[in-house]
Amino acid sequence: MTVAAAIDNGASHLLEVEHVSKFFGNVVALKDVSARVDAGEVTCILGDNGAGKSSFIKIVSGVHRHDEGRMLVDGEDVHFNSPRDARARGIATVYQDLAMCPLMSIWRNFFLGEEPTKWRGPFSRLDVSFAKRTAREQMAQMGIDVRDPEQPVGTLSGGERQAVAIARAIYFGARVLILDEPTSALGVKQAGIVLRYILQARDRGVGVIFITHNPHHAFPVGDHFILLNRGRVIGDYEKGKVSRDELVRQMAGGAELDELTDELEGLTASE
Amino acid sequence: MSTAAVPPAASDERLVEIGLGKRLLTRPDIGAFVGAIAVFLGFSYFAREVNWFGDPAIWASWTDQAAQYGIIAVPVALLMIGGEFDLSAGVMIGSSGLLLGYLGTHADMNIWPAMVIVLLFGLTIGFLNGITVVKTRLPSFIVTLATFFILQGVNAALTLKLTGQTAIQDIDAADGFESARRWIASEITQYDFKLKVIWWIGLTIVGAWLLSKSRLGNWIYGAGGDPVAARNIGVPVARTKVMLFMMTSGVASLMGIIEALELRSMQSQEGIGLEFIFIICAVVGGCLLTGGYGSVIGTFFGAAMLGMVQLGIVFAQWDSNWTFTFQGVILFLAVVLNTLIRNRAQKAR
Repeated sequence: MTVAAAIDNGASHLLEVEHVSKFFGNVVALKDVSARVDAGEVTCILGDNGAGKSSFIKIVSGVHRHDEGRMLVDGEDVHFNSPRDARARGIATVYQDLAMCPLMSIWRNFFLGEEPTKWRGPFSRLDVSFAKRTAREQMAQMGIDVRDPEQPVGTLSGGERQAVAIARAIYFGARVLILDEPTSALGVKQAGIVLRYILQARDRGVGVIFITHNPHHAFPVGDHFILLNRGRVIGDYEKGKVSRDELVRQMAGGAELDELTDELEGLTASE
Repeated sequence: MSTAAVPPAASDERLVEIGLGKRLLTRPDIGAFVGAIAVFLGFSYFAREVNWFGDPAIWASWTDQAAQYGIIAVPVALLMIGGEFDLSAGVMIGSSGLLLGYLGTHADMNIWPAMVIVLLFGLTIGFLNGITVVKTRLPSFIVTLATFFILQGVNAALTLKLTGQTAIQDIDAADGFESARRWIASEITQYDFKLKVIWWIGLTIVGAWLLSKSRLGNWIYGAGGDPVAARNIGVPVARTKVMLFMMTSGVASLMGIIEALELRSMQSQEGIGLEFIFIICAVVGGCLLTGGYGSVIGTFFGAAMLGMVQLGIVFAQWDSNWTFTFQGVILFLAVVLNTLIRNRAQKAR
């Protein structure tokens, strides 16, 4: 974590949320959640469905505003009014749908919304060769050899698509990368590849917030683990201070799981 | 910071070389191209009573018909790739031509400033269509169907009220008419090739360039491919769609002007029914009904194909009612082919 050490001078973190809460009417979506991420680190937010992961992402990425608490970027108090604000501060979110159009080519998707142009005024046109070359180079840095940037994104595997989205976010200056369940729709092998991309991004000095419900995916890559349940933090661990089994147990509801296991064992025994 | 630490993740097995044939089959415009050639060759046989293959006058007549379809089919295709429909594109020809006729005859305007007003009228209708679709999030099919019926009624009622007839005649009495006609809607060779054909080719080139080489083109693909994703990533989806509606109505107005100049009069029913022909051209050209995919070049060949069918049936001396059946068959085959191409393009390996 040399990059982290260089940038983190002790006081301020790249991104930090402190005691953040979010209410929708009388529903408590998030209550008193704190988390942080530094450059070259991976913070995992773990939680089952309805734990508040989505609300957390939406606050950090600028879709929603938090009702209580503080959000700090480089130690500076921030309030995002839109995802654009968040992006301007270098916080990029890769949603589950990956914000990609399957029928569009890799290079078109890569530069969607941020198209490089050459020439000015009415003759302004896409710099297609630059776009193709850059998309290819950036994908190569993720360890993917794209031979034909004209290939529709739909022909890529789920993991590769994830890589395009991550490479794109990093290329456009993301310092904090929020990944929303990047492995959930993938098979075991593809998920492993995506985990590699996460480490890749980390090694390039990006702070990664990895949202997942799968402790097996979080454990090998995470530096911090924050467990959410019903909108509250139920566990906050540093790497090395928690075992995989403990994460799994906590995720599955701890005592509830023990109870369920007993119950299921009872059922099978009685058959 | 070591990127070398992570080995490339088995990239080779997942990227196979694609042969030329397969590559062509993922192109949206190939079907229309092959289809147009097939129809041309077909009528070379069925219409062998005339010199379908080599008579310039026959080429002039079917290209005239194809241009009639193809000019507006260009923005309609872009709009479809952008994920929307415009069913008012046909009736707008009538509205615009009638407005030009009214301004030129009853309001005694010079035809040149009158044309500017007509184009502004077209852009305004397009803007209203677009802003309504974007703001209400209603399907554009419904919104523009309403525009279609509203304008159809207005065209018929106002024309009757003004002239006591179902058409505005003698538009050529207007000042500047002949010069406008010469530059915009005349015949260019001894075989009566229409200047319209140049408009058709020119607009196709502009449209194809916009789609493949401009930022707007990328936004059009994005807006139609996945509007939510495109918006999340920073594409001005609403603005792009409104612009596409304005383009469509604007070009329909241009077509209205061209027809009014060409025919020197305008029927109040003009253009009605063509809205679906434009959509057929776009679909034949490879545009998906769901948006996000398609081709302006393909649409060009789609229009050429429909133009040939229309005239070919006449020259082959078949009952012209078969035209509709042909159009239906072509549409059906095109949709089937598009679906195959789309599935191929989208299939994850």
